[in-house]
Amino acid sequence: MKITQISVFLENRKGRLFEVTQLLGKNGINIRALNIAETDDFGVLRLVVDKPKDALAGLKAGGFVASTTEIVAVEVPDNPGGLSEVLGVLSREGLNVEYMYGFVEKKSEEALLVFRFEDTEKAVVALEKAGIRIITETEIHNL
Amino acid sequence: MIFNEKMECMAPSEMKALQSDRLSKQIDYVMANSPVYQKKLAEHGIRPQAIRSIDDIRKLPFTEKEELRDNYPFGLFSTGLKNIREIHVSSGTTGNPTVVGYTQKDLVLWGEVVARAIACAGGEPGDMIQIAYGYGLFTGGLGLHYGALKLGCTILPMSSGQSKRQLKLMNDFKPRIIGCTPSYFLYMLDEARELGLDPQKSSWEIGIFGAEPWSDNMRQEIENAWNIRATDIYGLSEIIGPGVSQECHLKCGMHIFWDVFYPEVLKPNLNEPVKEGEFGELVFTTLTKQGIPLIRYRTRDIVSITYEKCGCGRTLPRMSKVRGRTDDMIIVRGINIFPSQVEHVLLNIEGVLPHYQLIVDRASGGLDDLEIWVEVDEKNFSDEMRKLENLTTKIKKELESVLGILVKIKLVEPKTIARSEGKAKRVIDRRSL
Repeated sequence: MKITQISVFLENRKGRLFEVTQLLGKNGINIRALNIAETDDFGVLRLVVDKPKDALAGLKAGGFVASTTEIVAVEVPDNPGGLSEVLGVLSREGLNVEYMYGFVEKKSEEALLVFRFEDTEKAVVALEKAGIRIITETEIHNL
Repeated sequence: MIFNEKMECMAPSEMKALQSDRLSKQIDYVMANSPVYQKKLAEHGIRPQAIRSIDDIRKLPFTEKEELRDNYPFGLFSTGLKNIREIHVSSGTTGNPTVVGYTQKDLVLWGEVVARAIACAGGEPGDMIQIAYGYGLFTGGLGLHYGALKLGCTILPMSSGQSKRQLKLMNDFKPRIIGCTPSYFLYMLDEARELGLDPQKSSWEIGIFGAEPWSDNMRQEIENAWNIRATDIYGLSEIIGPGVSQECHLKCGMHIFWDVFYPEVLKPNLNEPVKEGEFGELVFTTLTKQGIPLIRYRTRDIVSITYEKCGCGRTLPRMSKVRGRTDDMIIVRGINIFPSQVEHVLLNIEGVLPHYQLIVDRASGGLDDLEIWVEVDEKNFSDEMRKLENLTTKIKKELESVLGILVKIKLVEPKTIARSEGKAKRVIDRRSL
């Protein structure tokens, strides 16, 4: 139920993000979702890709500091109040969200969101209990 | 083993007599051969006959690094160029480089002291030694080379750089000893892992690391990662190059070969010795050199010395690691800062590698800013900004409490700070002072 996310350390320099995407392109890796968090000096690029193992190996070989994290991708109804329904479940269960971001592509009428939880295991159980659909790694790769 | 038991284990009284005899001969020699020293001693009203005992050394004037540069290229040589067999040049950051020359006898001396150093680190005749100090004008490579020849080692004269090749030959030939700069050795750790080699299983059992400052924490890191005995070697081209002093297996200070290089520890810029064990500027007098003998040469290295006999049996004085330099020290907003202080702090923070650089700049308001770049690696990287910011804050707080000055910390990508060739550049001063 969990999905592998790749995180990359990036200095705030011209062209650095381009170099990452170029490297992934060359290695035949498709980006499914991405997000950047930044400060004045550096940023963290977070990626969901179709081939995480290859992406990690390619980035490391390219001299980047990169690591993997387990995240959860959730289907959210694409209508007013859709997101708040999911967040309501998390709030009631006392689950902390470290960060979240959306997918580039849409599988259906539903929106796809990526969540990084403080406690991933507990979050998966709570979401399933509430009948919220969690997307599998295979589904992501076949998007 | 102790390579020269007579000289390395001599009783102090006997040593003093030997040093006294050698000092008076060295003074006679420079007075007969060096116009610079003839003038210098005359200006200080010193007659060579007045220098009879090693204790008379304090009557002699100092020699400063600038004098080597001012007398560029050969003005401080005490013999004609025809008698010089080898010349070494150290890069100067400003103006002329420092030039030194060795006679045949000086080269024999160099081989002798480095042979003592390799044996002191634990090397034996017949061991294979991989020399990854730069060969050429820098004294590191050839100095180790002559010592290894004298001791009777099998030499792999690699020079610096080409890490993949260094690691391949280590893996194939199984040398027991490696000599290189400590920062280069840490750099090779990354390379080894990239090549899929297990650093724990390397053939190197003994490391002879020097040519740049490094801390005991860095030693721990090297010893744990490589499963090696990491020893410190000290030297400077003005005195001979590597082989001035070396740690034994007990790693409790570097044994100074004082039958040939006489050390004093003085209060910076003064002619006043510190108490035994206190830190001060290291000053050397060569006792037997011919090419470029130097009298009371101010090294600008800050060390302490103990004269207690070592557990290894040597009666040589032992010097601490170089704690700082009287001239590498940077002054930011009136505070003296040594790069070694920064290194010490970083090594005490878990997951932080000692790969750093200090950038000093003058802000438009006229105040100096100190920015410290620290490389991020997989051990301290996180996908959560909060954790990276906590790391930055932690480094900042600990550095500020040690340095006593506000600093800005910048996390940078790995290998941003050049360290593959020779010495890592620790300070960039952008102030146009």
